[in-house]
Parts: sequence; C-alpha cells; structure tokens
Amino acid sequence: MSSLPLTQNINEQRDPVDLAAYEKNHGYEAVHKALKEMSPADCLQEIKDSALRGRGGAGFPTGMKWSFVPMDNVSEGHKYLVCNADEMEPGTFKDRLLMECDPHQLIEGMILSAWTIQADIAYIFIRHEYHLAARLLQEAIDECKAKGYLGNDILGTGFNLEMYVHSSAGRYICGEETALISSLEGKRANPRAKPPFPQISGLWGRPTIVNNVETLCNITHIIRNGAGWFKSLGLGADSGTKLFGVSGRVKNPGCWELPMGTPIRELIEQHAGGMQDGYKLRGLLPGGASTDFLVEEHLDLAMDYDVIGKAGSRLGTGTMIILDDKTCPVGMVKNLVEFFAQESCGFCTPCRDGLPWTAQVLDDIDTGKGMKVDMVTLKNQVRFIGAIGNTHCALAPGAMEPVSSAMKYFAEDFETHIKNKACSYCKTNSSTGGA
Amino acid sequence: MPTIYIDDEAYQVPEGDNVLQACLSAGIDLPYFCWHPEMGSVGACRQCALVQYRDAEDTRGRIVMGCMTPVADGARFSMSGGSAGEFRENVIESLMLNHPHDCPVCGEGGECHLQDMTVMVGHRNRRYRGKKNTHRNQDLGPLINHEMNRCITCYRCTRFYNDYAGGKDLSAQASHDHTYFGRQEDGTLESEFAGNLVEVCPTGVFTDKPLVNEYTRKWDMQSAPSVCVGCALGCNTLPGERYGKLKRIHNRFNDEVNGYFLCDRGRYGGSFVNDEQRALFPGLRQSNSTYNAIESIKAIQTLVDWCVPGNKLAAIGSPRTSLESNYLLQRLVGEENFSNGIAVHEAALIEQISGILQNGSVATPSMRKTESADVVLVLGEDVTNTAPRLALALRQSVRNLAKEMASDMKIPLWQDEAVRVLAQDQLSPMYIVAMSDTPLDDIAAQTLTLCPNDIARMGLAIAAQIDSSVPGTEGMLEGFDTETQKLITQISDSLKGAKSPLVVSGTGSQNAAVIEAASLIASALQTNGADGNDSMLSYCLPEANSLGVTLMRNEAQISLDDICQRAAEGNIETLIVAENDLYRRAAKEQIDTLLSKVKNLVVLDAIGTPTLSQSALALPAATFAETEGTLVSSEGRAQRHYPAFLPAEQRDSTWHWITQLGQALALPGFDELDHFDQITAACAAEFPALQQICEASPLADFRNKGLKIPRQTHRYSGRTAMRADISVHEPKQPQDDDTPLSFSMEGSNGSQPGALLPFVWSPGWNSNQSLHKFQSEAGGALAGGTAGVRVLDPANTGSTSKKTNLPVESKAKKDQWQLLPLYRIFGSEELSAHSPAIQELTKKPFIQLTPEDATKLKLSAGDGLTVNIANQDCVLEVQVNTTIPRGCAGYSVGLPGACWLPPATSVNLGKAEIRANSRGDDV
Repeated sequence: MSSLPLTQNINEQRDPVDLAAYEKNHGYEAVHKALKEMSPADCLQEIKDSALRGRGGAGFPTGMKWSFVPMDNVSEGHKYLVCNADEMEPGTFKDRLLMECDPHQLIEGMILSAWTIQADIAYIFIRHEYHLAARLLQEAIDECKAKGYLGNDILGTGFNLEMYVHSSAGRYICGEETALISSLEGKRANPRAKPPFPQISGLWGRPTIVNNVETLCNITHIIRNGAGWFKSLGLGADSGTKLFGVSGRVKNPGCWELPMGTPIRELIEQHAGGMQDGYKLRGLLPGGASTDFLVEEHLDLAMDYDVIGKAGSRLGTGTMIILDDKTCPVGMVKNLVEFFAQESCGFCTPCRDGLPWTAQVLDDIDTGKGMKVDMVTLKNQVRFIGAIGNTHCALAPGAMEPVSSAMKYFAEDFETHIKNKACSYCKTNSSTGGA
Repeated sequence: MPTIYIDDEAYQVPEGDNVLQACLSAGIDLPYFCWHPEMGSVGACRQCALVQYRDAEDTRGRIVMGCMTPVADGARFSMSGGSAGEFRENVIESLMLNHPHDCPVCGEGGECHLQDMTVMVGHRNRRYRGKKNTHRNQDLGPLINHEMNRCITCYRCTRFYNDYAGGKDLSAQASHDHTYFGRQEDGTLESEFAGNLVEVCPTGVFTDKPLVNEYTRKWDMQSAPSVCVGCALGCNTLPGERYGKLKRIHNRFNDEVNGYFLCDRGRYGGSFVNDEQRALFPGLRQSNSTYNAIESIKAIQTLVDWCVPGNKLAAIGSPRTSLESNYLLQRLVGEENFSNGIAVHEAALIEQISGILQNGSVATPSMRKTESADVVLVLGEDVTNTAPRLALALRQSVRNLAKEMASDMKIPLWQDEAVRVLAQDQLSPMYIVAMSDTPLDDIAAQTLTLCPNDIARMGLAIAAQIDSSVPGTEGMLEGFDTETQKLITQISDSLKGAKSPLVVSGTGSQNAAVIEAASLIASALQTNGADGNDSMLSYCLPEANSLGVTLMRNEAQISLDDICQRAAEGNIETLIVAENDLYRRAAKEQIDTLLSKVKNLVVLDAIGTPTLSQSALALPAATFAETEGTLVSSEGRAQRHYPAFLPAEQRDSTWHWITQLGQALALPGFDELDHFDQITAACAAEFPALQQICEASPLADFRNKGLKIPRQTHRYSGRTAMRADISVHEPKQPQDDDTPLSFSMEGSNGSQPGALLPFVWSPGWNSNQSLHKFQSEAGGALAGGTAGVRVLDPANTGSTSKKTNLPVESKAKKDQWQLLPLYRIFGSEELSAHSPAIQELTKKPFIQLTPEDATKLKLSAGDGLTVNIANQDCVLEVQVNTTIPRGCAGYSVGLPGACWLPPATSVNLGKAEIRANSRGDDV
C-alpha cells in the first residue's frame, strides 16, 4: 500500500502502464472486489467513510454527492457517470498527468463509481487540447473491453457499463458540471439552474454524477485499501493525498502528489525549489485562477479545504500560481479577468457584461488611465458579481476572487497606478501578468 | 394559499407561483426581462433580484432571483433591503454597456420594456468608459427588422422561437458578451410565428418591419379591440391606426383563445386595409367599363331604383364578414333570395360540422384547452396552414408528458429549462394523418399521408378499434396493409389511454367522410376511452365567420347554385353581393355565366376582386379595422370587433350601407335599426343558435366608471396639428354612438370587461408587459373577464349530421391524378393575400408530384405546367414531394393565380392537352 497511491504507477520517463502491467501492480483488484463482494450501498458507505472531497475545486464530499442518486428505479432507464476531464483552470495541469501517465487508474475508478451509483454509461469529457490523453484513454478502454472490464456482464456479475471518451470543443465553462452536461447533449455550454441537481435530472434528463479525474482516481484506492487507510494519509482534517502544483517564478515548477494538509511553505520551498533568484514572493493563488490571493503570512497554512477557506481563499484545484515582486498585480488580475470574461457563456448578465466591464476598469488602471472613482466601481463590481447566487453559476464569483483579494493585499499598487497614471512595473504603460 | 412577506407586508399568493409572478400579481413592480408568463423562468437576466431572509431575525439575507424562487409559506423578502436595489441597478447598467442608446430612432421606443425597466430601477449615470460592441444585422425577410446592437441577451427570442414555437433557424450564437441572436445566414425567418418576436423581445432587436417602414409610436396610435379575420380561429387583435392607415396589428390577450401569440398571417395580413386601390367613393359603371365616382346618397338612390318591389332581387352574403352584415342583407332581400355565399360543397361540410358540434356529444375545446390534450390525432388537416395559431397550441400539447414528469419530480412548471431538460425529446403523442407533409410533422409520433377517402377510412377504422359498435365500420381495418393496421392499432390504443384526447379535423380535406370519421372517433372515446376522459373534437374552418353564417342558416336560404340557376332562368335582375369574390366560390365559367345574366350587379367590398370589377355599382365597404361586427370562431365563440378608426371618405360599413338602403326602401323594421346593437339584437332574436351574441361584448351604452373607453392613449399627440396641412381648423372628434369606445384620449381604460381593452398601458409600464396590470393575476385571465361568449355547446341529441356515405378505397387510375387541396398560410387566404408583406412571402401556384410521377412525366421541380381545371387553364409550378400519396398530386388552393378547385378533381397530367375531370365521379 503506497502512501502516494495516485502516482504509484507514474514514471514520466516511460510510456504509461498497459493493462497487463497495471494488473500486475494490483490493478483492477478493486473492481473484482467491489463487483463480487460489495453491494453498491457498501461501496457508497466506504466512500462516505473515506471523507473524500471532490478534487475539481469545490471540495464537495463525494459520498454525499453520490447519495442523492435515486437507487430505486434502476430498471427505468439509464444512469450516467461523467468524468470531468475538461481541465481548463489556469495554472492547473494535474489531471493531465493522471490521464497521460496512468489511464487505467481512472478507468478503474470510474468502473467502481459507476457500480456504486449503478450507472450503465460513462463518459470522459476531456479537454480538447488533451489529444494524447484522449488517445491513451481510448486505448485503455479498448483493452478493458477486450478483457471484460467494460461492456456487458462485467466479470460475470451482470453489471453493464459502456465508456466513451468525448473531446470537448474547448470552453472553460464546460468545467462547470451542468454546462458540461449541456455541452455533452450537443447544446450550448450554458450551465443549468439548480435545483434540480444532476443527480436527479442530469444528462438527457437522467440521474448523473459528474466528478473530476482526480476524485475518480482516488476511488480505486479507497475501495482497494479501505476508508480507514485513506483517511490516515492526510496530515490534517482532510483525508487522502492530493496532486499539488506550483507555477510562476519558482526554481522548479511542477506537480507532486503529497498528503492533504501539506503546508504551503513546504510546497513552494521544498518541492518547487523556492523562488527564482532575484524574485520575491508577493502572493499566491492557492488553487487556480479563480481563488483568492494568499500572501506571505499564509505560507505556513496547511493545504486543507477548511484551513485555506478560513484564510479567505479556497483550496480549489490545489495547483497554485505564484505572484512575484516584479510582476504587476493589477496586470495579473486584469489578465485573469479578461480570461474569465472571454470564457463567460453569455447567459447571465453580471457575468456576461459585468466581467468585461471589470476588465475594462482594470485595463484603464493598468494602462494609466485609471481614476480614483474606479476603485469605487471595482468594489461595487465585487459586490455585484462576486457573490454566489447573484449569478447563474460559480464562474463569475470565482473570477472576482483574485480581484477582491488583490484589492485587499495590493491596494497600494492600485493607488500608485492611479496616482502616477502609469504602471511602475514596466517601462511601457502596459503590463501583463504572469498567469 | 401561502403567505409571503415582502418588506414585512404579508401577501397571500397562489400556491406554486414563483416570487416574481407573485409580486407582479400583488401589484409590486419588480423589474424583469427574461421571464415570460407563458414561457416561464430561466434566470438569465438577473433583473428580478430581491433579498430573501431566512427568518424574521435574519437581517443580512441573500440575493435571490424572484423568477427562480418558489413561493413558500412564511418566506420573507425585501425589494429594497440589503443590496437588492443596488444589484438591480447594476444589472441595468451592465445591460446598457453595449446598448446603442438609439431610442429616438428605435421602433420600440415608447413601448420598450428596457426603457421602462431602466427608469424603474433608477439607473442614470453611466460609469463604463470602454467601447461598445457592435454587431452586423441580418435581413430576416419582409416581416421582421433586426438590430442586434440593441440586444440585452435575455434569450427570450430563442426561447420563444425554438423552444415554444418549434422554429429551427434562429439561434443564440457565439458566447460571452458577443452572444448573437440570428440566423446562420441572412434570410426570411421560416417559422409561421416569427412575428411574435416583435412582442417577445423586450427591446428593439426584433421590430415590426412594415411598421418601422412607416413608423408611428405606440402612444400615437389609435386602437380598438378587434378580431383577426385571417382564419376561423378568432384570435384577438389590436390594430393600431394613425393618419387613416393601419400601422400594425398587435396581439390582444385572451386567455381562452390566442393567449400571448398570433400567427404571422394574423399579424401582417391586415394591411390590405391600406391598399391604395381601395375606392373612396361608390362607383357607377359606365358603358366603357370605367367607373364614375358618385356620392353615397346617389348610390343609395340608384340602389332604390334597382330594388323597387317586383324587381327580381337576390343577395349573396359572405363568411368573411360579420353576422350583422349578413343578417341585414338577408332581411333586405328575404331569406328565400339569400345565399350565404359559401361554395356549395364547402357549405355542406361546414353545416355537417356545425351539426356535429351542436347535436353531438363531444365539446369543441377553446384553443387554450387544446393545449391540455395528452394525445392528439390530426385527421386530414394541415393545421399550420389552415388554422395557424392552433398549430402553436398543439405544439404546447405535446409537452404535457414533460409537464407530467416534472410534476412527479416536484419541479415547478415555470422552471422552463428544468422541465425541458428532464423530458428531453420525449413528447406526448401526436398522430398526423394528412394529405401531405405538414409543418407539425417534427413533433408527431407518427405521420401518414393518404388521399382524403383513405384518411376517412383510416379514421373509421380507428373509431372501430376504439368502439367496435360504431356502425358502418365493419371490415375497415382489413382494407389496410399490415403496417397501417399496426399504426391504426397504435393510434387507437394511445387515444384510448388518454385522459384528454383531442381529435383535430376540418374542411381542409374537403371530404365529408373525414369530418364524420373525426366525430366518430371523438364520441367513441367518450364512451370507450379512459375512465373519465375529457374527449375533445376540434374542427378547422376556412373563414372568420364560416361558422357564424352557417349558424344563421335556415331552410329557406338558397345556395350559390340556386342563385346561378335562378339567374340562368332570368329571375334575377338585381344581385347584391357583400364582401364576397364569387370566383373563389365556384368555377370561373359558372360565375361568368351568372354575372352575365344579372342586369344590376351591386358589389360591396373593401378589396378589389374580379367580382367587384364586374359590378354595375360598386360600394366601398369598411374593413374589419374600420367597423364593428360579430364573428363566430371555429370554437363557437362569438366575438365582437370594433373599428380602430373610421373609414375614409364615403367608405362605409356593409351593415350601414344596407341599413340605409332598407330605410330608403322603407322596408318594415329598418327604421328601428339605427344602431349597431339593435342589428345584433335583431339577429340574435331571429336565430336560436345565435341567441347569446349580444353578450359577446358590452353594448354601446356601457360606461367604464361613467366614461367611455378611449381609443387613444393619453399621450396621443398632434390632435390639433396632424391635419394642419389640410386645414388649420381642428375638426370635432368623431362621435361613436355604436360602441362604448370613443375616438379620443379622454375616458377610462382599466377595469372594463375584457372585450373592451383597446390598448395596454399602465404608469411606468409603457410596453405590452403592462398587460399584467389588466390581468386577474400575472399570466391569468383578464380582470374584466375573458372576451367573447361561447354559443356552441353539444346538446347530445344523438342526431349529428345526415349520414355520410362510406368512403370507398381510392385506387390510383392510369393517367389520372387526384388533386389534393393544399393550403398555405401565406396566400391561401383572400384578405391577407392583399397585404404587401404577405405577398412577399406568397409562393406561385404549384402542383406537387411524387418523385416517381415527376420522372414519369419528365418534369422536375420548378417546371411550369399548364393544367386545365374546370375548363380554365392554370399555370402551376412543379414541386416534388415524396409524401404525396400515390395517384395524387398536391394543388395549391387559393393562392393568387390559382384556379378555384372543384371538390375531388382529377386531372390527366400525362397529355399535352390536359383536361380536368371535375366532380370526380370516378374517384
């Protein structure tokens, strides 16, 4: 039992393990175990007991999410399991590693998840650019079909599961589970109002579970090794391990599997090798572009959902972006807001029109055309767009997180831009951030 | 009823509503854009935000969208608390970032929901300093103007066009703040209901093109409650006038009839009113066939000379004009000299239907009620082309499965997207057995095309499957191939299981047996269908008053053929024809002969027709927009239309022309007919079936809070100036003694009966969204009551119409093609065909052939083909249609340039010399 289960088969120096090699290292043992020895309810209980929280960014308890799937009307139609592999959060590249280096781990996790909710069709909704992962996953699925891990009557248990890889047409919003479902149905990738939740009325109006790649990979190990083991992996309140990443001006940017609760400082200084020479850390977005900035004072915090949450940010995807002292924070948030404005589906007003408006204000400030009143406007925008419930989905509130926190931690930068009518980080009157 | 608290005030609200609807019903002005009472909520615009508190102690609350929040007993909200007000202002400010602020030149200005909401939330200062996004506009055809820059991205257009009306060629494109609503390329919008975008769009993206081209603001229009004359459904309309011209037609809400929507024939078909060819004065034909304009007094004198006692007099009424006009004409000449002017075979069909509806056991539903049908069978009718608005209602009926599924899952029905997502493409079953493909086929569970006799046979077989005791249906099933037998079983099983089965048929197939079969199915369902089922039977009729004049029929009346016969015998000297083009009622040869035998042909009409141009005396009649009248819709609803404006010069209502003539002739009783109401009352008194027509709308002496009801908004401008180029003296406003309405802005528009609503406007609500201020609750019936009165209820006397002969199976005949009557929404109807916008969409007369026939005849699509029908050569464009039944060819009925089609006509298309085999004895 590896203490770093997710990456146990991963060796970037070689091709990913094929089915035979995967099986040799206890692969698909969990499938044998679950389908033959455990009922769906047993599996669900195991997942609940493991306290696994969704690794896509929101950190919702996986077992609880699954428990809303109706289990009494199995015969009435399809149920769906969807793997959200539309990894488009800026600064995030953890799912890619898992899919490109160990596709069978994901497939095994999906078979187990489908068994638990009794889904008979599974989709891997994969980011358009992940050509290699899509090919490797398809090859792995073909291997599984040939071996009887997928298809009809899996391992003679009567359980059927078809699995398809669906390449996205490439929109950030498809990471939102209901937008993903709309897109999978061939419609505009607009999120849907909740309730009803996808567990009740999801893909094609049927019960559907959407989970992130990393979440589903974890299922393999929880079923194989048990909830107790999984909980013991975490250093703090959260259980299991997590793929953490660091990007920005550090010596050794990358992605590592570490126990939940690993301190931020350890991540940056040990694993990422510390800041590049000549650069100092000014802040960091702990879990992708749609999380609030943390600063130096937070470096000793554990990367746990609740700890980071209490500090005013979110663990998000656990892949942090570092802001150094030679990059303009105004330029950086402008860059981010422009990204989010571009990626708005265009459905609800605060997001569709509020984000471009915010980007325009930030651009004015960044390029030396800012006015004092702009700070009032920005604060207003944070109130307007930044609260969940004000908008149709979580995209725009997420987009405002770096803005509101930058205004808090880097207020003097905004003021200087407006006062000097120029950006002090660059000679020309424009700068773009490091994201 | 749950109680909710808004700013600590308690409101009793309807169970199951959303908070926005509840607020509007309670009279609270909560701004909104994307919600529509008929289309529900999606939560896109975020305009209807308010703050919801957990309980009385909660002081922070959180922002929720009114339209997406169900009412719950004890729930607490605030309009102004917390940041709700600021939030709503921010929404408007955001919506206005890219808006061009072109109100002064915008066709929506003055009735723009965006303007209203902007003022309502109090947004004034623009903080955004960036550039505005701009879009390229599209040419969407002759009906709709496109100005995308004004768009606020509420998604109402695509939700109406695609989700509600089943359109395919309008979509939301691109994303973020570049979202674009249009077609994939320029081109006329294909949906027959596209015109509703004008009213659905809360700003000026989609505007009424004919209106924009000759523009008048809403507040400058004079309007009156009216009824569409484009088909028999009787949709309620609001024609708007300025400078003596009909500017546009808007929807007039009637919860039982058309609800919020019209078809494009109804919306755009009225501008024949403005036809410059319409005569202003009576015309007396000269020997050189030109007309001399004469004064109306002279015209009456001439008529008196021609109508002296002893003169052989006859008159022909019309199913496209009011009961009053028809009644007076009949009274003038005596019923034994009067024909209602309906083609002979068609009159028989309508009488058959009228008999079924009066004496049968199955009720005909209102259009609203058809939406509740859970299984629909369309028998022999292309509903979209003969009764267009009904097709839109049927599109809603197939969603009942989705609604049922949603209710089972406790999803409120106003959660529009959730309901659609849940059911996806699962629809309640609709079966269409028609003569060719129809625009409703996309939502049908099964379709089959057959020739009329076979449709009837299939209908009888279905009836027999439901109730084997239906007489005369023995062996019907066996006559069909196995596949059709299976379909017949499927349809009858489906209907038998339905709670609210609906059978739709009509005169479209021109076949009595089809009509009979539909009735037999509906009554079989009543006895043998699901327990407690609410079986419904709906017939599509051809014209606005087809049913009305048929209910006016009595034994003494004569047919069009009788008139011809009498004329041939030299027994008609003076023939008065009111609002009827006889060439649309019989073969050209027959009418030519008739008119040549009549010495004095008097024609009253509003439009130029071949009949009018042969008259000795032509009297200019008023159109629906210029006169009052009572029409009976195919539902059996008597409804009154009122003049929106007075006819110009010496144009006059047909009923008034005849009243004057009757009085000049000193005919008994005519001196008592001074007012319109008296004519209606006399008509009601004479015909038992029409007893209730006086209740269709209040009488002329009705006063609303002591005042007449104004046709002009109180902002109506230019009253003293608009005629200044003619005379500086302001004329006295015309008096209106015939209706409770006034030609003025003075009066009271608010709480009057629903039949008398001339326009909707309320302080702060200048757009048509102000309608909720006139409703009992937002989206509900008008507070003043539903307009119109149902005069038809099934008496269940057991005797329907006379028994029709059993149809024989049709066999394809060598070298003979049976012509199937095919109708088109644009062009097949006489009046709307005179409207320029409709003319642009009207196709050339056509003949539709199967690909096999086209190959055999060496014809391809687009070829011209001269076909002789009833001794008249008719040039037809060849269209190839795979759904035309074998041995048949589709023939465009009523299109300008198409000949009148005798019933069951067969033609030989194989020879160069093509002869029509009319009367179809061998079919």
